[in-house]
Amino acid sequence: MSTTVERNVPIADTGHNQHPQRKWQDYFGFSTDHKVIGIQYLTTAFIFYLIGGALAEVMRTELATPDPDFVQPEFYNQLMTMHGSIMLFLWIIPAGAGFANYLIPLMIGAEDMAFPRLNGVAFWMIPPGGIFFLSSFFLDTGAAQAGWTSYPPLSLVASKWGEEIWILSVLLLGTSSILGAINFVTTILLMRMPDMDIHSMPLFCWAMLATSALIILGTPVLAAALILLSFDLIAGTAFFNPAGGGDPIVYQHMFWFYSHPAVYIMILPFFGAISEIIPVHARKPIFGYRAIAYSSLAISFLGLIVWAHHMFSSGTPGWLRMFFMATTMIIAVPTGIKVFSWCATIWGGKVSLNSAMLFAFGFLSSFLIGGLSGIMLASVPFDIHVHDTYFIVAHFHYVLFGGAVFGLFAAVYHWFPKMTGRMVNETWGRIHFIMTFIGFNITFLPMHPLGLQGMNRRVALYDPQFQTLNIICTIGSYVLALSTFPFLINIIWSWLKGKQAPRNPWRALTLEWQTASPPIIENFEEQPVLWAGPYDYGIDTETIDGNETVEDMLATVSAEGR
Amino acid sequence: MQSSTVNNQSQIAIASEHEAAGHHGHPDLRMIGVYIFLIADSMTFLGFFAALLIYRATMPVWPPEGTPELELLIPIINTSILVASSFVMHRGQTALKNNDVKGLQVWFAITAAMGALFLGGQAYEYFHAEFGLTTNLFASCFYVLTGFHGLHVMTGVLLILSVLWRSRQPNHYSSNSHFGVEAAEIYWHFVDVIWLVLFVLVYLIN
Repeated sequence: MSTTVERNVPIADTGHNQHPQRKWQDYFGFSTDHKVIGIQYLTTAFIFYLIGGALAEVMRTELATPDPDFVQPEFYNQLMTMHGSIMLFLWIIPAGAGFANYLIPLMIGAEDMAFPRLNGVAFWMIPPGGIFFLSSFFLDTGAAQAGWTSYPPLSLVASKWGEEIWILSVLLLGTSSILGAINFVTTILLMRMPDMDIHSMPLFCWAMLATSALIILGTPVLAAALILLSFDLIAGTAFFNPAGGGDPIVYQHMFWFYSHPAVYIMILPFFGAISEIIPVHARKPIFGYRAIAYSSLAISFLGLIVWAHHMFSSGTPGWLRMFFMATTMIIAVPTGIKVFSWCATIWGGKVSLNSAMLFAFGFLSSFLIGGLSGIMLASVPFDIHVHDTYFIVAHFHYVLFGGAVFGLFAAVYHWFPKMTGRMVNETWGRIHFIMTFIGFNITFLPMHPLGLQGMNRRVALYDPQFQTLNIICTIGSYVLALSTFPFLINIIWSWLKGKQAPRNPWRALTLEWQTASPPIIENFEEQPVLWAGPYDYGIDTETIDGNETVEDMLATVSAEGR
Repeated sequence: MQSSTVNNQSQIAIASEHEAAGHHGHPDLRMIGVYIFLIADSMTFLGFFAALLIYRATMPVWPPEGTPELELLIPIINTSILVASSFVMHRGQTALKNNDVKGLQVWFAITAAMGALFLGGQAYEYFHAEFGLTTNLFASCFYVLTGFHGLHVMTGVLLILSVLWRSRQPNHYSSNSHFGVEAAEIYWHFVDVIWLVLFVLVYLIN
């Protein structure tokens, strides 16, 4: 199938090339262009972020008082289930895939993904998946109520059809994710430009390689679990139903075999993005390229063998808990390697505190807290103490909001000029960062003491002694919600009216900056040239101006005797 | 002047690396995609097998008491049909490598028929089984696992039929253009191997 684009549209970019550009209508149809698909992913994901966030605000409003007086407990359960599911399956994972789609072919000098049509198919599974999710709110029985984990036997008795729709949506979104991953792996391994070996490939590509491996190995196991759960729900089998002789723990094993790696599926792409952003805005070569690259693979591998740390209180035998405790703690090593490498890259660099870098700092500090509480939770006695309390809620929000979402915003600010051809307004970007950072910490920091004191998660009703801290959380969540507006307005305004972006506003060295902003339909006017490694920042790169072409860069480099 | 030196150097580097990596022409990306897909698919089966093995390991009695004996005759015949069909199919691909499209069609048609025979055997087994889907945990595992595999066999037969349909066009497949043939064959071998594991786990170790 060919794309429906007319190839004669004049370019709105600076002077010398007259290559065709996308029209806005192209973004609303079936396309095989990875750049269109990438932006479709990102905007769709952002819409679901707004929906998932709105659900969270209703929950936080309910939690401002100890009694369930704002919404009914059943509805609260549905909100909680849908908030989690939407944020994971429809926001973070598709947003990571969106950046990967947009950036990978550009970063490796390819014209498109390996399987462009498959790529389009993978994206177009997401909107129906999301609409199914949301439509289940209108069922008589309401949406799924058993949390995003859908543990049986609860998931077998609460909201049968809501649960079934939830399963079908997750299967659809999982399939999309697998098809995307097949495409990423093939593209990264086999479509690199001839002189780019795997060790001169940008770190974002390494991160997506690790992520895709997890998707390919983990997601099908979740599908198997959900197919069995579906049989239990609809056909009356008893795989996971103790009443019929089944074993709910089997579900937990299968579920977490995917869902623990899933947290790395959510965070690894943004580890990759941060590895791109920090060296550019600190003007320094990345510290420990290979260490960062291999640590992504190590995280993937370890991620697959630690799942039962979610089940320390599920009657897992002691010796098995020791194994999962040890492997879980070991994950701190590759993760620590990354964090130290990023810090070492910033150390002594010429850091420009623009919005992208601010979010990268926000990412580093918040993710550090989330990572440290993760090590605490890896230890069995502590985990049993705080199991199913708000300490867990605090932990995974520090990792997934403070980590993935901050990384995501950093990536948006960093690649916005490339994607749209416009510069983003920095002042509003900084306001967005400050509001997000403050709102985020006010919302989730108090959840640590709440959890340590024993406040249960997943319920609308709580002991009145926890109310003060809950009110603080709720106020923080409103600030967090408001912080979306400066972002939204800034993005829309900058996209329409922002300053024209040069092809390389950050003077970065990865290949995506060698083409026009936004890139032409064929990605590059001519085969891009690897004139330096992706992170070879040094004296000779400081003279590069944002509008230089590859030839100019080469001339600069060779004139300086490189 | 100097800039062109850099260019030349990088082109030399490109050429030498090409040779080193052995990139003579592009590998067929579509086949790589099929292989990665099969890795993912085998993980789904692994999930089912893991569930079955955990049940076996944790249940006091397996299969649960009162489960009727499984008849082994039909599944053994089915197993031999499926294993033999992989060899038959491979002859089809060998024929194509010699540009013998007729041979491809004959061997693939036989493979499709064998696949259909397998499905028929499975249907016979289902109709004559002395337990239903919800009789007990073993019965549920039996139906879901063999059923999920049967779905794969059916997909395989459809793939083979689509290859046969396309092979009617002259020059659609040849010794150097055979992605569809190769993909169908790899998929079929995969389904075959999965069946062997399934046969051992479901039928034999009880």
